[in-house]
Amino acid sequence: MFYRQAGDFKTSYRGDIQTFPLKQDRIGYYLVLAIAFLVVPFLLNDYWVSAVILPFLIFAIAALGLNILTGYCGQVSLGTGGFMAVGAYACYKLMTAFPEMNMFVVVLGSGIVTAAVGLLFGIPSLRIKGFYLAVATLAAQFFLVWLFNKVPWFYNYSASGQINAPERLMMGFAITGPNASPAARYLFCLVILVALAVVARNLTRGRVGRSWMAIRDMDIAAEIIGVNPLKTKLSAFAVSSFFVGVAGALFFSVYLGAVEVTEAFGINQSFLVLFMIIIGGLGSIFGSFAGAAFLVLMPVLLKNIMVGGLGWPTDIAAHIEFIIVGGLIVLFLIAEPHGLAQLWRIAKEKLLLWPFPH
Amino acid sequence: MSPQFLFTIEVIANGLMAGVMYSLVALGFVLIFKASGIFNYAQGVMALFAAMTLVGIQNGQVPFSHLINAVFGTNIHHFGWNLPAIVAILITLVVMVLFAILVERLILKHLVNQEPIILFMATIGLAYFMEGFGDLMWGSEIKILDVGIPSGGSLWLEEKTIGWAAEGSNYYGMYIDKLDMIATVVAILLVISLTLFSQYTKTGRALRAVADDHQAALSVGISLRKIWVIVWTIAGFVALVAGVMWGAKSGVQFSLSLIALKALPVLILGGFTSIPGAIIGGLIIGVGEKLFEFTIGPLIGGATENWFAYVLALVFLVFRPQGLFGDKIIERV
Repeated sequence: MFYRQAGDFKTSYRGDIQTFPLKQDRIGYYLVLAIAFLVVPFLLNDYWVSAVILPFLIFAIAALGLNILTGYCGQVSLGTGGFMAVGAYACYKLMTAFPEMNMFVVVLGSGIVTAAVGLLFGIPSLRIKGFYLAVATLAAQFFLVWLFNKVPWFYNYSASGQINAPERLMMGFAITGPNASPAARYLFCLVILVALAVVARNLTRGRVGRSWMAIRDMDIAAEIIGVNPLKTKLSAFAVSSFFVGVAGALFFSVYLGAVEVTEAFGINQSFLVLFMIIIGGLGSIFGSFAGAAFLVLMPVLLKNIMVGGLGWPTDIAAHIEFIIVGGLIVLFLIAEPHGLAQLWRIAKEKLLLWPFPH
Repeated sequence: MSPQFLFTIEVIANGLMAGVMYSLVALGFVLIFKASGIFNYAQGVMALFAAMTLVGIQNGQVPFSHLINAVFGTNIHHFGWNLPAIVAILITLVVMVLFAILVERLILKHLVNQEPIILFMATIGLAYFMEGFGDLMWGSEIKILDVGIPSGGSLWLEEKTIGWAAEGSNYYGMYIDKLDMIATVVAILLVISLTLFSQYTKTGRALRAVADDHQAALSVGISLRKIWVIVWTIAGFVALVAGVMWGAKSGVQFSLSLIALKALPVLILGGFTSIPGAIIGGLIIGVGEKLFEFTIGPLIGGATENWFAYVLALVFLVFRPQGLFGDKIIERV
């Protein structure tokens, strides 16, 4: 069976503009979803969930969020770590203030709080752009982390200054706290990720997404043809921060369980997410997933090869990881500025013609 | 004079000194930005790398010794010599020139005509690469850099100022680090020589031509690639100076590369294209954050130095996006 367009006729406009126009793609998509929901939960063990899968799911959400802001709307942000911290602390405050609240509501609520904070820090984007804006978002990063360190109200006056996620149940299964099973944590994050990915996909190909892209491609021209920069930029900041906030909430409550803000949400986190979308592909939903998967898997793989396989000390492995990540960033920017997503697109185009390319 | 007033003066003086240190890093940024329009995020890591190389060469460390030991099971660490500081500095300079050539060959050449933000992200990648590379080459432990710069408080100044306070008050004189004073002198010399270089030499004139207009410079026969190598070499030299000063102050360690982040608000205040702007921006940030920490810091829990510079820059940006001395930003469709 070949990968072909032939025979897949579209009879409606809806059919023509759907996300996966090829039948094989659609089948593949539903297959991946089915495996992710029905098969993977039974194969999980603790190591895989905490080392690979949960970070992947959560960083994919964060990367989706940053991709909306940077990839689609063209506003570079180095404040992702700070906004994730907002999500985490909002989640903690909501969890402790309303113990009965459903976890989905808590996570969405933290997203909304983060969106509000993101709006606030997005206001300078109306006057400044490019790396000037990057510096402005750095202000958000450092200020927010400092705030969560210094104001005891945020961590409920706990002596250690840490925040700890209390246990919360969802349909009888613990999803946070020490008793949560790997499968329950995995499914909780997966549901949120899939829902947000669908939202992101539909936002970016609709009216809102097109105005974002117009601003990205040339903001002055976009303004002249009637795109309102105020609404567009701020909506990008709000939506992006919402995603990042949800990621931060999950990162704290489901993944880590206990968080110290400077360590978990420092500037390195911001760079990591930025690298994910550069390597994955700016302005691509698939790219956010690919980039997150790549940067989560690669360190694990390198560590297993160099520390586990060759017996080198861990610090050398860490240095080599830095070299590889840095080198890859430069390589991708030079050779394939659209990242892994573009490689995937090219592979599909080639595959459509294979094995008769002429 | 009341001790409170003298304390304030001391805070301002120390802020000025800290500002000079920021300016040293910011200078490297401005040089590269003017000549190639690239915002070089790697400047801080270059300073770290230069300082590490200097220490490594001075102490006769074997490069990549950790890696070699891990791969071949050997146990080598040092060549067993100690070079005088001046020789080590010269060798480090050669390394920085090599580095500039490599950056031009491997990265910049391929990114001509890309958007500034792409170039910015490329330098972030470069920064990560260099961080790993430097650590792999020289080891990641904190090193002590000693090239014979005196440090510690200046007794002379303390004795001089102790008499200024009113009789019987609990005042011990001003504390200003000798190292900071030397850094100030070095920074002034650096700025003067850079200005002379760019105003009165042929290469300097070519640099300014490139900064004004790439295409026009190309059309009168200036080699863009050669200029870029020269600019990155000068930036490497400035990075070395900054690395030596910061390294002597707080040891050669990872946090040194973070001063690049501190230099960003300095640049925003001073403007990306102005050398005096970098200096004055650095001084404003240095004094501002010290004064803020001194006056308002205790009220809101201290450690405000982490973010004050960025928030100041943020507020500033809203009113004057091109900085104090920057060129006016004109945009066309």
